[in-house]
Formats: sequence, C-alpha cells, structure tokens
Amino acid sequence: MNNKQQMCGGEALVKALESAGVEVMFGLPGGAILPVYDPIIDSSIRHILVRHEQGAGHMAEGYAHATGRPGVVMVTSGPAATNVVTPLCDAFLDSIPMVCITGQVPYAAIGTDAFQECDTTGITMAVTKHNFLVTEAQDIPRTIRAAFHIATTGRPGPVLVDIPKDIVDPVNPRSAMTWYEATDADMDLPGYSPITQGDPELIRAAAEMISEAQRPVLYVGGGILKSRAAEALLELAEMVQIPVVTTLMARGAFPDSHDLCLGMPGMHGNFTAVTAMQRSDLLISLGARFDDRVTGKLDGFAPDAKIIHVDIDPAELGKVRQVDIGIQGDCRLVIEDLTVAMREIGGTEAQADRSAWRSTISGWQEKFPLVYEQSELGERLKPQYVLEELRDNNPPDTIVTSGVGQHQMYASQYWRFDHPYTWINSGGLGTMGFSIPAAIGAKVGKPDRRVWAVDGDGCFQMTAQELVTASVENIPIKVALMNNSYLGMVRQWQEMFYDERFSEVYLSEQTPDYVKWSEAMGCVGIRVESPEEVAPAIAKANEINDRPVVVEFRTDPRENVFPMVPAGKSNSELVVDPSQQGLER
Amino acid sequence: MSDPDTFHTIVTTVENKPGVLARVSGLFARRGFNIESLAVAPTDDERFSRITFTVDVESAPLEQVVKQLNKLINVVEIQELPPEDCVSRELMLVTVAADAHHRRELMELIDDWRAYVLAENTERIMLSFSARTARLDEFEECLRPFGIVELQRTGRVALPALD
Repeated sequence: MNNKQQMCGGEALVKALESAGVEVMFGLPGGAILPVYDPIIDSSIRHILVRHEQGAGHMAEGYAHATGRPGVVMVTSGPAATNVVTPLCDAFLDSIPMVCITGQVPYAAIGTDAFQECDTTGITMAVTKHNFLVTEAQDIPRTIRAAFHIATTGRPGPVLVDIPKDIVDPVNPRSAMTWYEATDADMDLPGYSPITQGDPELIRAAAEMISEAQRPVLYVGGGILKSRAAEALLELAEMVQIPVVTTLMARGAFPDSHDLCLGMPGMHGNFTAVTAMQRSDLLISLGARFDDRVTGKLDGFAPDAKIIHVDIDPAELGKVRQVDIGIQGDCRLVIEDLTVAMREIGGTEAQADRSAWRSTISGWQEKFPLVYEQSELGERLKPQYVLEELRDNNPPDTIVTSGVGQHQMYASQYWRFDHPYTWINSGGLGTMGFSIPAAIGAKVGKPDRRVWAVDGDGCFQMTAQELVTASVENIPIKVALMNNSYLGMVRQWQEMFYDERFSEVYLSEQTPDYVKWSEAMGCVGIRVESPEEVAPAIAKANEINDRPVVVEFRTDPRENVFPMVPAGKSNSELVVDPSQQGLER
Repeated sequence: MSDPDTFHTIVTTVENKPGVLARVSGLFARRGFNIESLAVAPTDDERFSRITFTVDVESAPLEQVVKQLNKLINVVEIQELPPEDCVSRELMLVTVAADAHHRRELMELIDDWRAYVLAENTERIMLSFSARTARLDEFEECLRPFGIVELQRTGRVALPALD
C-alpha cells in the first residue's frame, strides 16, 4: 500500500472508519454529507439505510450493547444532526460507545445561517462525551482515531465528529489530503488518560470491610457489562457468598437463576432486592451510580450501610452518596484484584457468619415473590403472562430489547436473564421508541441470535417505521407489542397519584390496526387476544426467519406494575402487590 | 483582609482550541455551579490557555466541580487553590468624575492606594488599580462618592503561594 497516497477527505474518512474496524454503520445521506456517501459504495463497510436519523442512533446503541463494539452513525447536517440528539443523549446517560459522523455546511459558510446549517457541536456538547469540528482534510484520520479512542476507553460514551462539506468534496481543493494511518501519537489528547487500575491499598481495605460485613449486598450496575466483568463478578460473588442485585442496566450481568441473585432493585424492583439493600450494612457498588430510580428518597436509602463504590468515572464516587471506600478503576480489573485480595485474607473461610442474613433473605423471597392474577375469560391479556410465555418459549441467549414504560418493567421483572448482553434498554434517558431500532442494531451485530423487541403501543408509534428498514435490509427481528391502548406507565401514575383523573393517556383501541400496519411494512402481523393463543403465536413468530414479525398482544390497561416505590418516598415504603399488602415485612 | 473562605480559586490549564471556553462554562451552567469570576488568557506555551475561576464552594461542592471539569477532554490540568494557599490579584480600570472641587481630594486617594492614572481630562480621571479582590472592593467604595462613570474588573487570577 502506498502510504503517501493522495486522496480526498471523503475517501480518507471512509478509509479511516475501515481502519478503525468498522463493519457496519447506520445512516441516511443528505446534502452536506453527500461526498462521503460516494466512496461508501466501494467500501467494505455495510451501510444500513434508516427511515429516520433517530433510528440510526438507537440501532448503533443496540449494536454496541450486543457486541461491545462502538456503534457508528452517519447523517447529514441540520435537521439530521438534531434528529440524532436523542440517541446521543441516550448513549451518554447509559455510557454506550458510539461514534456519530455528521455532515456540516462548508467551513466558510459556518455561522452564516446557510441551508441545513445548525451549530451541531454546540447543540451536542452537553450530550456527548466529546465532539469535534474538523476544519482541515488532513486532520480526518487522526480525528477519527481519537473519536474511537475516546468513545471506547474510560467510561464509554458517544463522540460526534462534525465534517464540513468542503473538506470531503473532491471538487473542492480544500479536500485534498495525503493519507496516513493515524496512530495514538497523532491523537494529541493531553487532557485524556483514564485510570483503569484500582489503588491496591483501597482494594485491601475493601476486602477487609467485606469480610467483616454481616449483611452485605453486591449492588452491580451497567459498568459490569461495559468492562466485560461478568465472569469476574461470578467468581467473586461465589467466593464470598454475598447476594447480588442487578440494576436495570445490569440485568444479565449476573445470572438470574443463580442462588445468590436477588434480581432488580429500585422503583419497580422486587421486594427482596429492594429490602436487602435497605437493611444492608455494606453495599458493594460495582459500576453503578446510585441513580434516583434505585435509591428512592436519598435520606432514607440504606441507612445502616457502609459504601464501597467502584467506578471508572471518579466523578461518580461520592456524587450521590458519601462513600466509605471509593475506588477509581475499571470494574473487571478491580474485581479481579479484589478477588485476589479476598483470597489472601482467607477467602470464603474468612467471611463473617451470615447465616441469619441468608435466612432473612430467603424468607423475603418466599413471602414476597412477583405475583399477578391470570385474566378471566373475556378479559384482555395480562402483560406478565405474555412475558412469562415469551421467556419460556425462547432460548436463554435470546436478546431482549425494550422501550420505556410498564412493558419495560415487566420485561425486566419476568424475563430470566442468565447471560450478559441479552438485555438492551434505555435506562438513564428513558427514551420511548428505543426497542425496535435497538433490536435491529442488535440483530445486525448478532445475526445468529434470536432478537425480540418488547414494546408498548405508545413506544411502537414513535419508531415503528424502522420496521421498513428491517424488512428491506432483511433483518428479521421479532416484536412483542404489548398493546393496552394507553400510555400505561403514565396511566398508572395518574391512577395512583392523581386520583384516577386520566389526562391524555388513552391512545385508541382500534386505531391503528397494528396487523395491517405491520404487513404494510413488509412484516408478518399476528394479533393475540386470549391466553391460549399466546404460546402458539410465539411459536409461529419464532418459525419465521425471512422477515420481521410483529405480534400484537391485546393487554389489560388496568394492570399496574408492582412492587413500586412512589416517587419521593423511601425504599422502605415500597408498595407491594395488593395481595401481599397485609403481610409482615 | 482576605476574601471569604468559601471562595476558592480553580486554575485550569486547557487546550487552546476553539470552543473550549464554551465547554467549560457550559459545564458550570448545566451542573448548576455558579461562577463568581472568570479570567481567560493564553499561557507561555501557545498550545494551552489558562482559565481561572472563582467559585463559591457553599453553592456547589468543590470536589464535584473539579471532577466534572476533569472529565472534559480539553482540560489538561486543574489546580485547586484555597484562599490561604494562593496569591491572587485582580485588575480594575475605572473612570471617576473629577471636577475642580474634588480633584485634589481624589488625587490624594489615588496616591494613598497606589493606583495609577492612565488618562485624564478636565472632568474625569481614568485609573488602573490591581490588588486582591477584597482590596478592589474597598477601593471601589472609596471612589463611589466621587462618582464612578465606568468601571471594569478582570476577575481574579492566581498562582500557588511560595513556601
């Protein structure tokens, strides 16, 4: 290869993406990015043409979640850039590695209110880990390398690269450049060097604190998945025999069917997970961030617990809850070091006697399981039942994505996540419409795995058009549409906290016709109304692999998600299912 | 007299690139931190600029401010300077009314405070004065009775104290 090859910036951009190992990108062309779409024709990179730029962003997120590799998005300037703001923010809050290339008006036109101009780097500054405006074609390879480096190291996150048209357009002399394979030395990032190794003294102190704890809980978050630490976590948990709660972002990071797994804590967590944290004397937080949906009212959160907090981002340590030991570092590396330190001080044998704690926990598990009542003849389906049937009729490595709302909580509660990277949802931003594009991205990244998008009818109507993308690009995802004809979670809040005054939450019982709509988008559409139809419909959907399938489950709008910690209340005030409300805690 | 203990100076070395000040000030705004004063200028190394802030640590936890600043890719170095560990100065330019009746009295004040006369005409005198922030406040109060026509302060800059 001629290393001194002359080329135009557009070719260099595509070549730099190939050099970064990009196999797939999600995008939609337009005026300012046009010159980059020409060399894409000759590139090894597969481009998925989306129907809306927001879809491209969520697909890239789903791809990144499922594969661990950065998701890549390419869109044009102006409205296309503003359309990716939501997925950028989503990726920022959930620490998803993502690189987004946006077209920009020619450099000389910036600031003139040119056609399809917007201040993309200004707008996205608050929702990206970092962004770049590239001003010279010669800077393209090094900027792309820096973008991938920043997106994938330290606390991962989205990075945006804004590219003015003149530096990629071969008819413009400003696009001329000499190709070079950018190296780390070319990146010029004097202010960026994430620390990954934990402080050995703090790790030793943590090991001692853990050994002495009577009622410890491992509180694990999405950082476990980001740092590929699931195996290390399993080894540590089994050695010290400490129960594990997995947050909404960490479902699957520790197997649900494991004896030590208590499931999801938080606002809609199960009783045992929430209460074990509440009564704990030591929370060992690994890659979690004490989100308000986990802690409830902060003053009342785990009042007797000391805190060991491990996070790659030092700004998380002590941000919400004061820590007793805060360790900055990559979760996997710190857990491995911690396991060694625990072994050195005696491992399993050196642990405090926790038999009373274990029996208290199993007592809660027995007394307060997740419950619901099966529907009666003629009633609409119970969403929990649908989730149980989905779970029981799919292999355990099925990838499940979800939108945001009641269906998301049911999916997290009722699925059994036994493998990491099988659960993909929008945790921090809570972006309705996430599930379908995320499922497409996941399926593109893991084509051999079955991918189910669990969606609500409100969410479905926000991003359903990406099912056209799935059909045309031959990405056979499956959608479980939980249609209760309402914005269900908002309805639940209005029922519980607004005296059942339902305001603007009813969508429609008959419109749209989801089966016809799905068929129009090239999918198979199936409607399910009674319990005995559920399993056969799932079986039928699982047999179809040449196109996407949408199964519309007509679910009961009166069903509410329990348990629930009302907003602003302490986790000790967890509201359990009505059938369990008299029980002594 | 020293500045209130709650005012801490944060000296950041940042890459000298377009938009860096917007990133830093945007961070303060969206995390709800209030900036008391802000001074920006290139350093002796043209690749870097220095941004010096004063923040009221009662309005925001200093540790969070520093940690969040550190996350900005273009921020290279941060020094926290509590009041007792730094030497700080601020510059004031001020135009004061100075008619014939009060001119003599004003000139005496200027001499006492070791301010500099930069320009004058029959009605006004323009001064420069540099000192610790609290001294600027005091001087400003002394000038006020004469009639302040225009006043501009730079915000504080600081370096670590010598041992």
